[in-house]
Amino acid sequence: MGAQKRAIGTGNFSLERAAKLGAKCARPTTTNARCVDFAYVDQLQQNPDEVRKEKELIASLRQMDVITADTCINYQTLYQPHLGEHVAWGDTGTVIYANSVFGARSNFEAGPAALAAGITGRVPAYGFHLDVHRRGSFRVNLKADLNDLADWGAVGKLVGSAHQDYYAVPVFSGQTFGAKRRRPSADELKHLGAALASYGSMAMFHMVGVTPEATTLKAAFGGNKSQEIMTITNRDIERVYAGYDTQKNPLNLVVFSGPQQSLFEIKLLADLLRGRKVKAGSQLFVTTSNGVKSAARELGYLQAIEQSGATVLEGVCFYILQNLPQMRVREGWSNLVTNSAKLANIIGAHKFNTILRRTADCIEIACTGRDVK
Amino acid sequence: MKAVAKAVRAVRPIRVKRAFGAVVEGEALVSTEGFSPRYDLDRWSGLISRPGHALEGHNIKDKILITPSAKGGIAAGWAFYDIQHKGIAPKAFVFGVTNPVMVQGAVFAGITITEGWSRSPYDHIRTGDLVRVDPKNKTLTLVSRKKSA
Repeated sequence: MGAQKRAIGTGNFSLERAAKLGAKCARPTTTNARCVDFAYVDQLQQNPDEVRKEKELIASLRQMDVITADTCINYQTLYQPHLGEHVAWGDTGTVIYANSVFGARSNFEAGPAALAAGITGRVPAYGFHLDVHRRGSFRVNLKADLNDLADWGAVGKLVGSAHQDYYAVPVFSGQTFGAKRRRPSADELKHLGAALASYGSMAMFHMVGVTPEATTLKAAFGGNKSQEIMTITNRDIERVYAGYDTQKNPLNLVVFSGPQQSLFEIKLLADLLRGRKVKAGSQLFVTTSNGVKSAARELGYLQAIEQSGATVLEGVCFYILQNLPQMRVREGWSNLVTNSAKLANIIGAHKFNTILRRTADCIEIACTGRDVK
Repeated sequence: MKAVAKAVRAVRPIRVKRAFGAVVEGEALVSTEGFSPRYDLDRWSGLISRPGHALEGHNIKDKILITPSAKGGIAAGWAFYDIQHKGIAPKAFVFGVTNPVMVQGAVFAGITITEGWSRSPYDHIRTGDLVRVDPKNKTLTLVSRKKSA
């Protein structure tokens, strides 16, 4: 189960009090990304008072037997639930991954509800815990090559934007993994799921021949009739990229975050950045978990990334960084370039103009400041 | 004035499918676009800050926010609680379709929330109109039209 504690903000509800009263998690519970990487507080000029609150929060959660791993990619790094296992997860990307790729059962659970589930070992029987809501509702025929993580995010954007409904369950099929037997990787499914959940508020998808409850198209629909068939081609994907505009402002911020990077993604970034330098005046941020960062250090990937001038933060997500609005103004950021369709969608409240680009293009932009089209 | 009163009387309450919270009355803020407190809102002022949002520049404080869908996302659970205690929360969220996190967040924060409608509110209710949300009777009612300046 995943409880999250990010950005609780103000309010009278007190985790500290719950901890003092002796509340303990009866089920394994881990935390989602936080707002502060304690090693970078000074560099990012974050508010000491908020940093202190974050530390207090971690202490309270630990007192309640919560594993404060602070990662939104628990499904890649910490725990892989089995088919039919009931979990109470939070974070936009984790729930859809649990339901779709593992065949586990979870709803979107907000922090307080996830924590309550951890303490009681119970979740209400509703939504995606029930068979009836897990059946496909419409079909998406994939006819695109999808060779980059950002392409999979673009699919999520197209499908999610057109179907903003928690109970809409897309069923992916088509030549992408038909004749060519193209198998998406865990990271590709992660970017697809995170984008579907972000743009469409969706909690589940099926992929015929790939996900466990979609051995066949018929099984994926479970008796439901497809409400429509949507087709996605290479041209549709290119149109997504063409839809972003620099507004003639500098391309001085590139971010790989939302979700945190897996070790495979970190290795890819290291390979792309080795021997290169982030352009003077530009900044490149990467976020990941403590576990992945530690492994990347052992393997030398971290050094390759950091030697380029990039900043690798652990335990955080970029879009909830404490003081981000102030940071944006101070650093003169207007555009934010990313390979995460999810991040491109969610950071709008902070007044960033976001630009989705493929992974290697993001690196090129970070090193040259020039857009790649 | 007579004509306006007639128009108001003619509008039957809209039935909402699911609802929770106290009866509230307030100024409608009508959005053709979905809403997330994380994606769209400046959580320090209550202003819709996302560039290009249908309600960009509007403040949600004390409003009855009528929106077709929930966007995202999990963090709303804490975000509603946060804005309620900062005094910048709306009086109610009236969603076309929503997700569990919005419901959990609103209930946790003590903000009235509804989902689903018997007919589109967009034909009857405009931003600035005074509306009433009654969760017990599952109704959204136009009380009076916005007073022209």
